[in-house]
Amino acid sequence: MTADTDADDAQSAPQPEPHVGIVLVSHSERLAEGVAELARQLGGDLVPIAAAGGTDDGSLGTSIEKIGSAIRDADAGAGVLLLADLGSAVLTVRALLEDAAELNGAPERADDSGAAARDAASVGSARAVIADAPLVEGAVSAVVTAAAGGDLAAVLASAEEARGFRKL
Amino acid sequence: MNPPDGPDARFDSVSFDDASSDTASSDTVLFDTAFFRAWITRVADAVEAEREHLTALDSAIGDGDHGANLSRGFAAVMRTFDVSSPRTPATVLVLTGTTLISKVGGASGPLYGTAFRRAGQALNDAPDVDLAGLAGALGAALAAVRKLGAAHDGDKTMVDALAPAVETLDKAVLAGASPRDALTAAAAAAEAGAEATIPMQAHKGRASYLGPRSVGHKDPGAASTALILAALRDTAVAIEGGHSGADAGGDTRSGDGGEHDDGDDTSGDDTGSDSTDHVA
Repeated sequence: MTADTDADDAQSAPQPEPHVGIVLVSHSERLAEGVAELARQLGGDLVPIAAAGGTDDGSLGTSIEKIGSAIRDADAGAGVLLLADLGSAVLTVRALLEDAAELNGAPERADDSGAAARDAASVGSARAVIADAPLVEGAVSAVVTAAAGGDLAAVLASAEEARGFRKL
Repeated sequence: MNPPDGPDARFDSVSFDDASSDTASSDTVLFDTAFFRAWITRVADAVEAEREHLTALDSAIGDGDHGANLSRGFAAVMRTFDVSSPRTPATVLVLTGTTLISKVGGASGPLYGTAFRRAGQALNDAPDVDLAGLAGALGAALAAVRKLGAAHDGDKTMVDALAPAVETLDKAVLAGASPRDALTAAAAAAEAGAEATIPMQAHKGRASYLGPRSVGHKDPGAASTALILAALRDTAVAIEGGHSGADAGGDTRSGDGGEHDDGDDTSGDDTGSDSTDHVA
């Protein structure tokens, strides 16, 4: 948002391509922050990363307000990938994205196919999509691709490849 | 679906076909803003009364917070109603859903929240809704829950209570049942559906991590869905009861939400004249 609104900057210097942002949603504030810390180390300063962990009062759970705010923070103009840990975190992200898709004029379709539901939704000015991926591995995989300049589709694909990672 | 007889078979499906009771038929009874608000208020009361029971169910196979979460969520809904008085049935439900998504930290927040929001959106801006409209709204809620939770019938979720309720209500509408009979049957179907989750193995939510050990417990989400449908039945019955069954539609307008035509309710037959076009 702030990166590309200033016309003077755009004329005086070549505008760097914005990188896809990443939002980490967890039931636990500390878990979300911890994964964000790990991801930031891999993404350097290039990739905007925001954590949305816990409820508004800091207990375990999910806050739709925190998620919405994190999406705004992580959007540099190239879109935002969301990763969530479990159950209600996933459901809350999806509820937010589906509402956003509806607000932006998408006709209501009661029985969307999974594929259609995965289209990026516009949350405010940010395009946002959730990855079907494990939180830690997905974040690491996504941030590497985002830092390399991958677009939202590439970052999403990269995160979802992490589902197949084996450790042994 | 439901056992046709048994101790609680006041409303076997046959009664839809000869619904010649003293209650008004479905095409004359309209549910207005006050009705929907009364329903949600009953839900809040029921959730509070059953809080410990829901928590006990959830402690068996979940994380034990379903009662507390719903109680907190619906208490917040009641406060929201006090602050911004909703003016249409749709706004009652959308406001309910939005508040639940915000205030319930667990999975029931986005699930119930989205269900109420989609139900409300299905009603558009109609000042009142007939039984078919109400059934359509609950159908939209079911579709939303199925989609968001990716839950199928038999996964031991709230879908297992909501789906039979919607199916029963749709059939009742087609059969021309009275709202009272239709909503009574829908509530019974939800209750039976919730009971039927006991032998199921969970395939969604935290309970699914238990695998076969989830068998033998009622799903808390199905149980709370049954409460919500029971509250809907009770709201309809209370309104009819207060009006001797003569013209329930007129009675539902007597609340605080019927400002759209309060001036012309001198006769009892104003239902359906000015608003059913929007609903149909």
